[in-house]
Amino acid sequence: MVLCLLVICLVSSALLAVVYAVTKAPIDAAAAAKTNNAIAQVVPEFDGTPELAEISVAGTDYTYYKVSKGGSVAGYAIIASGSGFSGPVTLMVGLTSDGIVYNTTVLSQAETPGLGAKCTEPAFADQFRNFNPEEKVLKVKKDGGDVDAITASTITSRAYVAAIQNALNVFAAITTGAQPDAASGASTLHATMEYENTSETDNGGQSNE
Amino acid sequence: MSKLQLITKGLVKENPTFVLILGMCPTLATTTSAMNGMGMGLATLFVLVLSNMAISATAPYIPDKVRIPAYIVIIAAFVTILQFIMQAYTPAMYETLGLFIPLIVVNCIVLGRAEAFANKNSVVDSACDGLGIGLGFTLSLTVLGLVREILGSGSAFGYKFISGDGILVFVLAPGAFLALGYLIVIFRKLTAKK
Repeated sequence: MVLCLLVICLVSSALLAVVYAVTKAPIDAAAAAKTNNAIAQVVPEFDGTPELAEISVAGTDYTYYKVSKGGSVAGYAIIASGSGFSGPVTLMVGLTSDGIVYNTTVLSQAETPGLGAKCTEPAFADQFRNFNPEEKVLKVKKDGGDVDAITASTITSRAYVAAIQNALNVFAAITTGAQPDAASGASTLHATMEYENTSETDNGGQSNE
Repeated sequence: MSKLQLITKGLVKENPTFVLILGMCPTLATTTSAMNGMGMGLATLFVLVLSNMAISATAPYIPDKVRIPAYIVIIAAFVTILQFIMQAYTPAMYETLGLFIPLIVVNCIVLGRAEAFANKNSVVDSACDGLGIGLGFTLSLTVLGLVREILGSGSAFGYKFISGDGILVFVLAPGAFLALGYLIVIFRKLTAKK
């Protein structure tokens, strides 16, 4: 009895080891291709390979890629997330060297299909192309900003906006080479709190996303 | 029963979704679109055929007392292989189906076929049975996904033919129950003996 189970387990694990060895390279390649595609999508034209780096802002660790063209920095692709309706909405946010959002792309999200999941569609995501945070207010219109929310998916839209805001904070930290100063840190905190409060009432009141 | 009968019985007479009502969790959760339903169905088909064959071949050597753990290990091995393969070659589909791929291990269709068929029949017959049931499952999930996609998002297999939103509830969980219920009614009506 024991021997039988032992043999089954041994054979199964041997088989798995073989398949793992065979598929490891394609899996890594697929993951790398996905990252590289995302980077290429969100930053301006660059040469060479994106430089991987990490930074800690306000207690959270962020991963970002620095791309250069002709020796000078062309932009940054920052991985940041905001909390959506059903889990984090993780974006790759591309910024030019002067802090303008070049483009964004969704890396992972588990929002409701047909509602929040529309954040991956150009109809919503394209409004963040060449988004200059100094000219426009990075908040959904309901909260007094310039961002059109997805119909019936305000929480997802807020998560998307929050993710971009996080990326902007990271960008500020990268460019100043230090933690954001006290003033900007405080304003971020305020924005986050406000975001949480409003999303709660929204959620309970209308059971909308 | 001929090999062909073994395959076709899974499509109609013993259709896992509409007749046996097995494997409801992935059925309801992954059929938000026709493509997703088909992906889930094909993934289950793959595991079902291989596990049926493996269990049929090993069943005479497995003592009765430990057959369930033994089957689970065999099924889990095939599911993990499937996971690796999907991750490597169809990463987008793997991400959409997410948690439901590892959950094939505990899918009652797979274990049900092992218990009810594979452990008392030949390897070839078990493969045919797995293929039939798997195709039945794939077909049911594709149809359910298609109905939900047409009603919920106004598109079929990702091709949008109605502009604007559909009836959103069909993409959400309650719509899954509604659509499945009506499909079972229609299926039973069509296959009922006169």
